[in-house]
Amino acid sequence: MGSRASSLLREEDIEEIKKETGFSHSQITRLYSRFHSLDKGENGALSREDFQRIPELAINPLGDRIINAFFPEGEDQANFRGFMRTLAHFRPVEDNEKNKDLTSGEPLNSRTNKLLFAFRLYDLDRDDKISRDELLQVLRMMVGVNISDEQLGSIADRTIQEADTNGDMCISFSEFIKVLEKVDVEQKMSIRFLH
Amino acid sequence: MESYLFPFDSLICMLLGISFTVWFTLLLHLYKPYRIIAKEPVSLEQEIQDMRRGGAEPEFDMSDIFYFCRRGVESIVDDEVTKRFTAEELESWNLLTRSNYNFHHISTRLTALWGVGVLIRYGFLLPLRVTLAFTGVGLLVVLTSIVGLFPNGRMKNYLSDKVHLMCYRICVRALTAIITYHDSENKPKNGGICVANHTSPIDVIILASDGCYAMVGQVHGGLMGVIQRAMVKACPHIWFERSEVKDRHLVAKRLSDHVADKSKLPILIFPEGTCINNTSVMMFKKGSFEIGCTVYPVAIKYDPRFGDAFWNSSKFGMVNYLLHMMSSWAIVCSVWYLPPMSRMEGEDAVQFANRVKAAIARKGGLADLLWDGGLKRGKVKEVFKEEQQKLYSKVLVGSTSFQSTNQD
Repeated sequence: MGSRASSLLREEDIEEIKKETGFSHSQITRLYSRFHSLDKGENGALSREDFQRIPELAINPLGDRIINAFFPEGEDQANFRGFMRTLAHFRPVEDNEKNKDLTSGEPLNSRTNKLLFAFRLYDLDRDDKISRDELLQVLRMMVGVNISDEQLGSIADRTIQEADTNGDMCISFSEFIKVLEKVDVEQKMSIRFLH
Repeated sequence: MESYLFPFDSLICMLLGISFTVWFTLLLHLYKPYRIIAKEPVSLEQEIQDMRRGGAEPEFDMSDIFYFCRRGVESIVDDEVTKRFTAEELESWNLLTRSNYNFHHISTRLTALWGVGVLIRYGFLLPLRVTLAFTGVGLLVVLTSIVGLFPNGRMKNYLSDKVHLMCYRICVRALTAIITYHDSENKPKNGGICVANHTSPIDVIILASDGCYAMVGQVHGGLMGVIQRAMVKACPHIWFERSEVKDRHLVAKRLSDHVADKSKLPILIFPEGTCINNTSVMMFKKGSFEIGCTVYPVAIKYDPRFGDAFWNSSKFGMVNYLLHMMSSWAIVCSVWYLPPMSRMEGEDAVQFANRVKAAIARKGGLADLLWDGGLKRGKVKEVFKEEQQKLYSKVLVGSTSFQSTNQD
């Protein structure tokens, strides 16, 4: 008579997710419960509609971009592994990270990876640079109809001017990192997961 | 036959109440915290100002996106709305399988306890309660039809009140509902409207067994229809045809005509419009607050340890739900009658509705939400997203171009 939701999640899976993301056992089972409750179709994967059913996300101006981050390139279904991998970006950075010696490189919640997540919200076509057009589109999502095209255009131009160091009128990831070097990314892009 | 069953049934209620309170304290090792994340309630403006790198106010900063990003992901992990439409997650298990969401197998002792529980509930309590339920409903139909034969007048009203109360009390026994009524001096009077938070159809039985109300609802077919037609013979209830429900003016007119007649009973309305899981009170529809009469708010809070009263209509039909109810340990709830409220000068219907809602939420210990219960089935309105966009735009250009319009 175990719990119905977590009986679909095997111990080996939990261990793998633990290694990959750094979440604790109880956090993983609780997040699986949440995943399960969002999955209205009960097919083990979330669709975009499942996310859009969350009212607080639906009214978020960047809601669609955030939802997109959960879906790998070209796919329409997000399974639990992918869900956890994306959420792992928002784990707080601890001083004594146990998985600093991950063979796969940096942990998912490192400063660089958090910045990469944010970068990808701007980079609509995933070509690793933010063009003026893309910046304009994201700005338009955030302000709605309240600011004129000209004003928005000048905001975009100014932003690119400040960030662009190699003169290609686009913002690359390294330029993005440089621009935000004084911002406390670790704190702003972290969610306090309880044990 | 009922008088033979009544004392027996009250005894069961008391025994259940005492024994299970003891058991639950013993079983406290089942405690499991259920919040996943800790959210900080910071406003958009504050957060973005904090993030600005200081200096000569750059209008836009690439880090502004972090606020929306984090709030978005927080709502994916834990949001305030979707969890109101499924049964409340309990901190400790109440030995009912249907409430068992996150608990792993703890011990064989617990399984044995649960097994004994099943035997008692389904083998003993359920048949007893089903018999009572049939008795209650049957009597309601028959007796109200008989009362309907009387000529209109004080005698008829008196009999109708007595009949309704008796039948509802039998139904309360059928559910083994242990109800504590508080502040009965504030009970609704004729010519007013009683509003309460809505968790399940049982709310009606709970309130109507302590006072007489005029019910409001849609005309149904089948058994419900039979009951409705019988009830309306004894005293005036307000049943709407499906088509009439859409016409708001018609609805408002019928309600105001009813309250204007002081000889008619107070109307019972659930302004949320749908069942919520008793952890929060959601948006009240303003219709009942526009009529301009005294409003008697009532808060109903169920104790989830004994049985989950919430009706998840997308998962269970009515019959299934009633079976669940009648096979729980008991329905334990508290009803608070709040002091009457009226619309104040300069207050519009929506503000009045929110004021009443806040009072009910406070008394019942429920979260007071602005979200619409209709989100159970429908999408959220675009206008809320537009509000967020407007807020952000103000932050973006507020200090320079929006000076004249930006004074709040």
